[in-house]
Amino acid sequence: MLYGTLLVVSLYYLLPLYVMVVTSLKGMPEIRLGNIFSPPVEVTLEPWVKAWAEACTGINCDGLSRGFWNSVQILIPSVILSIAVASVNGYALANWKFRGSELFFTILIIGAFIPYQTMLYPLVIILREIGLMGKLGGLVLVHTVFGMPILTLLFRNYFAAIPEELFKAARIDGAGFWGIYFRIMLPMSLPIFVVAIILQVTGIWNDFLFGVIYTKPDTYPMTVQLNNIVNSVQGIKEYNVNMAATLLTGLVPLIIYFVSGKLFVRGIAAGAVKG
Amino acid sequence: MDTNIAIKNLDLSFGAINVLQDLNLDVAKGEFLVLLGSSGCGKSTLLNCIAGLLDVTDGQIHIGGRNVTWEEPSNRGIGMVFQSYALYPQMTVEGNLSFGLKNAGVSREQITEKVAQAAKTLQIEPLLKRKPRALSGGQRQRVAIGRALVRDVEVFLFDEPLSNLDAKLRAELRVEIKQLHQTLGNTMIYVTHDQIEAMTLADRIAIMKGGKILQLDTPNQIYNRPANKYVAEFIGSPTMNFFDGTLSGTAFSCPQGDFSVEGYEFAATPSAGATLLGIRPEHILTGDQAATAQVRLPATVDLVEPLGSDTLVRCDVAGQSVWARLDGQTPIEPGADLPLGFNANLVNLFSKTSENRL
Repeated sequence: MLYGTLLVVSLYYLLPLYVMVVTSLKGMPEIRLGNIFSPPVEVTLEPWVKAWAEACTGINCDGLSRGFWNSVQILIPSVILSIAVASVNGYALANWKFRGSELFFTILIIGAFIPYQTMLYPLVIILREIGLMGKLGGLVLVHTVFGMPILTLLFRNYFAAIPEELFKAARIDGAGFWGIYFRIMLPMSLPIFVVAIILQVTGIWNDFLFGVIYTKPDTYPMTVQLNNIVNSVQGIKEYNVNMAATLLTGLVPLIIYFVSGKLFVRGIAAGAVKG
Repeated sequence: MDTNIAIKNLDLSFGAINVLQDLNLDVAKGEFLVLLGSSGCGKSTLLNCIAGLLDVTDGQIHIGGRNVTWEEPSNRGIGMVFQSYALYPQMTVEGNLSFGLKNAGVSREQITEKVAQAAKTLQIEPLLKRKPRALSGGQRQRVAIGRALVRDVEVFLFDEPLSNLDAKLRAELRVEIKQLHQTLGNTMIYVTHDQIEAMTLADRIAIMKGGKILQLDTPNQIYNRPANKYVAEFIGSPTMNFFDGTLSGTAFSCPQGDFSVEGYEFAATPSAGATLLGIRPEHILTGDQAATAQVRLPATVDLVEPLGSDTLVRCDVAGQSVWARLDGQTPIEPGADLPLGFNANLVNLFSKTSENRL
């Protein structure tokens, strides 16, 4: 019964993926026949090549590759920066309580519940004033700031679950703020860093809203470019190219999950049970 | 007395709650002082203040003649052993021992030398390359002590270091700590809620309640001459028996009878009035000794708890329960008549109003 249910549910989720994969491997004449579930008679990688290197968005016809490299350039600094800042935040809030630290934390958490929409326009002005509007750096800044509440919460709770006595012992041993952070806390916190990396990589990679607002065609991230390819209203709809482009875009989070899935679960569980 | 630690008018409050109030304490060089009290009495808080892990609200702390009230924990000349030992899990034993020295900027050769020396003293040389999780409770504790030892500190602070262990290991490690104190001769302050640990380890015990020290004295004095009713009840198991009555001169009368307390050493000039008379279960006599005792009580056995080495008996004395500790070999059944007695030199008299010793 259990396996039956699981089977049905996995079929439900896998079927669209199957359709995407087979469609992306077909040529346009074959697609026009309308048998979307049938495997390709003639396997072709043409749509993948086209999606990566030739598909047109607006006046640029260099495919998704540009968006991919833009996304990479946005992703890496955003992930590193947001995790670095948030982990130190969380560590300070958990172990170096100062006057008003609880209030500070509460305000930060409330930040997670304010709808993004209300902040879009003010951010446009801020980015314009500091000269980062339309630049990759601006988007990195936006992602770092918006990742802060949830990541700080994540790290604070993890560090708070580490026995306080360890922290006290380190202080008696003469370690300072950074000494304790790097030598005691960091080596004990690999699982939560993995969780944070996964959250940030998938979140930032899949982001569309900030990408479409704070960049311009030259610096569009992959998701925005994908949208522009798929939603292009001119000419014929190349379903096979669209499918290939979508799969290419989804590949990065997919790989992250496959590689670190086990660590991810362990990290979530570690945060939950300890304490 | 060569004072090593002096605590002067220490206050600590969290918001409106006063955890420690106007606390004064002097600890001599080389002394083993135990802070004893039930949970929430402020004993661990006091220890954390001495260590510098909590900022005091008012007052001063001097260690080794230096005012360290606002010094960093690492500059106070103290080492601390925690209840969970707090060994750094990702470091080997060697790493744990040398962490403090590295932070202090000690040279590599000196670190190796000091770690080796401490490991020898504590007999943990074969464990140096292991991680804490591969150590037993006793070994972990030794490493935790070693961490204080390598830093050549004057004062060792122990925060309930034995509470996590089972009874047998606890007894073994208690002996080890005592032995270590005899070998090293450092000043040690030890926090516990276990009266046996306190009695066996301490040169002096400070009994705390509500952020105040109720009595600071040798284990012998604390046991035999408790300063007030709380201390009398806290120390000793089963707890002291109390008779509620009135005192006039050396005559004490209560519903259970009139007792003469001739021979009792009064702390001050005896005052008449409502009084509590306390006698420890182990000072209650039975059999032939009861017949010749200064005070005799007819009693009926109510409950028997055999412990092997001795037997605890709850008796009914004219409507009041009285615990007595008997030799473990005496066969005794509930319902039997058991004449009890005691001598006035072993009783404790407390004023009923102030609860202080008379």
